[in-house]
Amino acid sequence: MSVTKLKSVDVVVVGSGVVGSIMSMELASAGMSVVCLERGKQFDINTDFQKPNVYDELKFDRHSDIFQNLARDTITFRNNDSQTALPMREMGAFKPGEMVGGTAAHWGGNARRFLPHDFEMRSRIAERYGQSFIPGDCNLQDWGVTWDEIEPYYDQFEEIFGVGGKAGNLDGEIQAGGNPHEGPRSREYPNPPTRRTHEGALFAEAVSSLGYVPFQGPTAAMTQDYRNLYRVQMLECARGGFCSSHVCAQGAKANPLTSVLPALTRLPNFELRPLCNVLRVNTDSTGMKATGVTYIDARGNEVEQPADIVILGAYCFSNTRLLLLSGIGTPYDPLTGKGVVGRNYSYQQGGSVHVFFDDREFNPFIGGGQVNTSIDEFNGDLIDRGPLGFIGGAYVNTSTSGATPIKGKRVPPGTPRWGGEWKKAVAQYYRRNMTISIHASCLSYQHNYLDLDPTYKDAYGLPLLRMTFDWNDNELRMMKYLNERCIEIGRALNGSRLGGTNKGTHFGITGYQSTHNVGGAVMGTDPSTSAVNKYLQSWDVSNLFVVGGSAFPQNPANGPTETIGMLACWAADAIKDYVRNPVSLV
Amino acid sequence: MTLSDNPIGASYIYLLEPEIRFLEAAVEHLIPTDELGPGARDAGVVVYIDRTLASTWGVHGRQYRGGPWLAGTPQQGYQSRFTPQEVYRIAIREINQHCKAGFDRPFAQLAGDRQLHLIEQLEKDEIAMPSLSSKFFFDLLWRNTEEGYFADPLYGGNRDKVGWKLLGFPGVPSGQYRHLVTSHEPYFAEPVSVLDIQTGKVAVDAEGFPKHVIIKRNGNGER
Ligand SMILES: Cc1cc2nc3c(=O)[nH]c(=O)nc-3n(C[C@H](O)[C@H](O)[C@H](O)COP(=O)(O)OP(=O)(O)OC[C@H]3O[C@@H](n4cnc5c(N)ncnc54)[C@H](O)[C@@H]3O)c2cc1C
Repeated sequence: MSVTKLKSVDVVVVGSGVVGSIMSMELASAGMSVVCLERGKQFDINTDFQKPNVYDELKFDRHSDIFQNLARDTITFRNNDSQTALPMREMGAFKPGEMVGGTAAHWGGNARRFLPHDFEMRSRIAERYGQSFIPGDCNLQDWGVTWDEIEPYYDQFEEIFGVGGKAGNLDGEIQAGGNPHEGPRSREYPNPPTRRTHEGALFAEAVSSLGYVPFQGPTAAMTQDYRNLYRVQMLECARGGFCSSHVCAQGAKANPLTSVLPALTRLPNFELRPLCNVLRVNTDSTGMKATGVTYIDARGNEVEQPADIVILGAYCFSNTRLLLLSGIGTPYDPLTGKGVVGRNYSYQQGGSVHVFFDDREFNPFIGGGQVNTSIDEFNGDLIDRGPLGFIGGAYVNTSTSGATPIKGKRVPPGTPRWGGEWKKAVAQYYRRNMTISIHASCLSYQHNYLDLDPTYKDAYGLPLLRMTFDWNDNELRMMKYLNERCIEIGRALNGSRLGGTNKGTHFGITGYQSTHNVGGAVMGTDPSTSAVNKYLQSWDVSNLFVVGGSAFPQNPANGPTETIGMLACWAADAIKDYVRNPVSLV
Repeated sequence: MTLSDNPIGASYIYLLEPEIRFLEAAVEHLIPTDELGPGARDAGVVVYIDRTLASTWGVHGRQYRGGPWLAGTPQQGYQSRFTPQEVYRIAIREINQHCKAGFDRPFAQLAGDRQLHLIEQLEKDEIAMPSLSSKFFFDLLWRNTEEGYFADPLYGGNRDKVGWKLLGFPGVPSGQYRHLVTSHEPYFAEPVSVLDIQTGKVAVDAEGFPKHVIIKRNGNGER
C-alpha cells in the first residue's frame, strides 16, 4: 500500500477526549499548529443527541455506537499468567468510547481531585508504617509531583469543566460545608455545590450520627449556567437522569463536546480529523526522536503525519498499546520485573450496600449529574492503617444518579433472580431503596500488567492489548473493612433490610464496574520504574508525551478524570517550556 | 408467515414460528402475568427479542468475532463462537428436541409446571444440549427478557409501558425535575416514552421536555 506523507505540523495529538481536546486547545491557543486524530466518528452536539432520543437506556447503556467498536479492536483478558487470555468480545466491566469527544462524552461527571497523600503514597506509607508494611509484590510508587506543583492545574481544569462544589479546605483553613479532608485549594469551586436529595439528607443524618462529616461531592454537571475558561457556555443540569453512559441532551455535563471543542474548532491553526486510526508513532534512526504518526484514514489509506511533537491522549489502553506497537520504551516483563511499558496496570475497587425501606419512597429517577452526598473519612490515610492491615481507602457516598429501569433496580437479598417473586420485589423496592457506594483505591502489583497478545489481532492485523489482572489480598481486606463500615451506616439509616453487591474475589470482565483503567505508561522520577517523567514526557523519546490515566502509578479512590484533565493542563504547560528548549524537561 | 395465534398483532423479522411459540411460553415464566399487571408475553417481549436479534447486536456487529474460540472462565465473559441470532436458533431447536424426546411435545405444548421446571434446569445448566451450554442460553434469554420488558416501547417490548408502570418510573423526564430534586414527596406521573413523543402522542415544551400528567394517590398511598 502506498503511504501518503503529509506536511509536517508542530503537534499531532492522538485522541480527542479529555486529554486530546484540552491539550490541543492549550497548544493551539499558544500559536502552535495542531492536528488531532480521532478514530471515532464526529457528531454534532446540537443535533445528534437530541431529546427525547437521548432518554433511551437500551441504546446508550448497552448498544451504543459511541462505545469502542470491538469488532475492530478490543483487549484480551485473563486473571493470571497461567490462563490463556481471551478477547473481551462484548462490552462489560468498562466502556471506553470512540467518537470525537472520547469516552468522556458519556462519562458520569464525578469530578474529584485526588488527595495530596495520593501523589506521594509510597514515601508517606513507608514513613508512617515502615517499608515492610507494603506488600512485597506491590509496585507502590510516588508520582514525582507534589500537591503544591499541581494544585494550580487542578484549578485550571475545574475552570474548564465548570466543577461545582463547596471548598472544605481553602489554603489550609477548614471550611464548613465542604470536605474537611481534601487537599488545600487555592480558591473556591467555580460553581456552587449540588443541592441535597431526600436520600442525601438521610445519608447526611446517618453519617453525622456516626461522627463523619457529610458534604456534597463535586460534580462536572453544571449547577448553574456557566461560561468556562474557554468562553463556552453550558446550561444548568436539569436532573433528568439518563446521565452516566449517556451524552447529555441538555449540554450540562462538562466534556470535550460541550466544554472545549466549540472553542477549539474555531482556531484556524487547529485541525480535527475523525475516523483516523493511529497505528504507531514513528521514530528517527536513533529511536530517540518521534517523527510523527502513521494512521489509516477514513478511506482506508495509510497516511503519515509528521510532527515536531507527538501527544498520545488515546486512553490507558491505546496509549500503552501504541507504545508497544511502536517499540518505544522497554516492555514490562513480569518475570524479571524489568521494563516499564505495560507495568502497573490497575483498576478501581468498589462495592455497595443497599438499604431497603418499607416506609419510605424516593424519586430515584430524578437526579443525575452526580447529585451525591459523600464522606471522606475512609479515604487517603486518615485512619491509622497499622491495625487494619491494608493500604488504600475509599470515598463513600449516596448518589441519586437517575435509576433507569433495566439496570437501576435493586431487590433485597434472597429474592429470586426472575419470576413472580422477583416481579413483586422490583415493584416494591425500585422506589424504596437507596445505595451507599464505596469507591475504593487499587494498588499496582508485579503480576497485574498489560502487554501484546500473542494470538489475537485487530482488523489491521496488529496484536491486541492483553490485560492480566486480578484483585489482591490488600484490596480484599480493605473492602471487607469498608463494607463493615457501610453496613453500620446502613443500619443507622433504619431501613427494613440491607443488601449489597461487591466485585467478588476475582476480577471479571462482565457487568459494568467502572471505566477507571489506569497505568501502563506511568509517570515517575526513575526511568527503570516509569515510562514518562513528571511532565508526562517519554524517558526514551523526548518529543513524545503520553498523557492520561495511563500515567497513574496506582489508582487512588477518587475518579480519574479530574486528575487526567489536570495532567493534560500540566503537561501542556510543560510542552510550552519544551518548545523553547527542546530537551528532556528533567 | 401467518401466525396461528397472534393476539397482540405482532410482526416478526427473524424468529420462526416454533421459536416464537417457545419464547412466548418461556418469557411468561420469567416475568409472569399477575395482579400487578401483564407479564413478559403480553408486554411484547418476544417482539423485542426478534428485533434485537435482527439488530446489529443480534449479529454481534460491534463485538469481537475473531477466533480461536476457547471456553474461557466465567470471568472472561461471552466466548461463544455463535452470535446471539445463532444461539437462539440453535438452543430453541435443541431444547425442543430434548422436550420431544422426554415428553413427546415441544416446550410450548407442555404443562406450565413442567415448563417452569425445565427453565430452572436450563438456568442450572442441567439440560445437556449438543451445541451449547443451557445456562449460557438461559442467561442470554433472561438478559433480553429484562431488556424487552423495561426498555422504551420503541423497541417493541414494554407495550403500554407496563414495565414502567410496575416500577413507578415516569420515563422521559419532565423539565420540572430540577425543582423537585430536593423534594421528599414521592412523585408519580403517567409514564412518557420516546415512542410517545416521536409519534406525537405526547407534546413537548420549548426545551423538548414532555409535560407529565401527575398521578394523584389516595391517603393510603395507593393509586
Ligand atoms: C459510563 C462512564 C462513566 C464514567 N464516569 C466517570 C466519573 O463519574 N468520574 C470520573 O472521574 N471518570 C468517569 N469515567 C471515566 C472517563 O470517561 C475517563 O477517565 C476519561 O474519558 C478519560 O479521558 P481520556 O482523554 O484519557 O480518554 P478518552 O476520553 O477515552 O479519549 C480517548 C480518545 O482516543 C481515541 N483513540 C483511542 N485509540 C486511538 C487510535 N489508535 N487512533 C485514534 N484515536 C484513538 C478514542 O476513540 C477516544 O475518543 C466514566 C467513564 C464511563 C464510560
